[in-house]
Amino acid sequence: MAKTILTVKNLTKKYGENVIFKNINLTVNEGDTIVIIGPSGTGKSTLLRCINLLTYPNEGEIWLDDKEITAKGCNEDIVRQHIGMVFQNFLLFNHLTAIDNVKLGLTKVKHMNPVEAHTKAMYELERVGLADRAKHYPGQLSGGQQQRVAIARALAMDPRIMLFDEPTSALDPELIGEVLEVMRKLALDGMTMLVVTHEMGFAREVADRIIFLEKGGIVEEGTPDDLFYRPKFERTREFLWKITELYGKKEADKK
Amino acid sequence: MNDWFALFIHYLPDFIQGAGVTLELTAVGLGLGFILGLALALLKLYGPKWLRYLAIGYIELFRGTPLLVQLFLIYYGLPSIGLTLSQSMSAYLALGLNSAAYQAEFFRGAIQAIGASQMTAGRAIGLSRWNTIRYIILPQALRLVIPAWSNEPISLLKTTAVAFLIAVQDLMAEGKRAATATYNPIGSYLAVAVVYLVLVFILNEILKYLERKTRIPGFEMESKKV
Repeated sequence: MAKTILTVKNLTKKYGENVIFKNINLTVNEGDTIVIIGPSGTGKSTLLRCINLLTYPNEGEIWLDDKEITAKGCNEDIVRQHIGMVFQNFLLFNHLTAIDNVKLGLTKVKHMNPVEAHTKAMYELERVGLADRAKHYPGQLSGGQQQRVAIARALAMDPRIMLFDEPTSALDPELIGEVLEVMRKLALDGMTMLVVTHEMGFAREVADRIIFLEKGGIVEEGTPDDLFYRPKFERTREFLWKITELYGKKEADKK
Repeated sequence: MNDWFALFIHYLPDFIQGAGVTLELTAVGLGLGFILGLALALLKLYGPKWLRYLAIGYIELFRGTPLLVQLFLIYYGLPSIGLTLSQSMSAYLALGLNSAAYQAEFFRGAIQAIGASQMTAGRAIGLSRWNTIRYIILPQALRLVIPAWSNEPISLLKTTAVAFLIAVQDLMAEGKRAATATYNPIGSYLAVAVVYLVLVFILNEILKYLERKTRIPGFEMESKKV
């Protein structure tokens, strides 16, 4: 049986009276790619932000490997080194070149020596196909390239799990493919990934499990085939149909 | 006109000496204001609550009262509590403390413009809060601040003239001396004005150069969407 990397137990997050999500349970095994889908405002992004402690849940526990990271006294800076995060808006450090973006965490967080850090950073840029853009500043790169640098930056820390928060939502349609391609490759390489996305083609092809989140709760979860062909709930079918219509008609037709 | 020119040439060495003092006042005031202002901005934005209020109080106090009053309080007031400072020390201190309040607001604006999202990005790779400020936020904010902040050195350079009122021998004091000696206040102060103008012009060029030099390639203000 595969090793469990991430366990989320009865997680609840609210802002004042406003409940974002409630009693979420989730297990991610090593090498899994799990896709979270759901209408906007259902707490998908907040869930990811809770998992790497960018915001704290009100109730429940999060376990990374065999450690409860929501426990009191847990060093969040250390936790985040093991959890890579990719944002919708890339959030590259605009004053640094691509290579320096990737290198910063290595030198300032992992205290790697500059030569080693450079080699590692170049390796990660190669992985996302951007070795030739190493000296470019974010402002000189396309959105797709910026997002790939952001992925390399997260990968450089050798995280146990990668979180993707709608990584292609801010991209022009013709740039989405290159980012998905990098993510597909990562999944095949065995990276553990938790992905919030509307890219149904990617979800069907790459996901081990899809989780349908709505109104702060998990409506249904299962393999792509389960959800697409044998959904338990009418609401799941409806949502998937709608979103496939919008985003991935072509992929759906091919199948 | 010829008379004026003769006066200008005659007193030029004195003016240059005074200009040196003026530049010293500007440099020290600006430097002190920079360090203190940056600290105030960081405290106001990231500090614990009580330090935040302290920073706000400081800024409001020093922006809300005339520099001349502050200078007199330091020079004439401090000796009464046993702290006697020389004329130039008093001027340095008053200019620095005052400039800090203004510079703090420039820095605060730039740091806020860089935004919480860069903080999130820094924290997400495991940087601590302070390290994110140091390696991510400040390098960007200090570049972004230059165009607006450039007003401060220019403004401060002219403001240093108040130091003349506690008998610091700056450019203004040299002007006064020339005016008394020649019985030609209009000509003397015009000459001093010309020297100030030249200093401001040079300073302005330096600041423009600084702005060009620190520009981030491919990252102009318009393209900043995130």
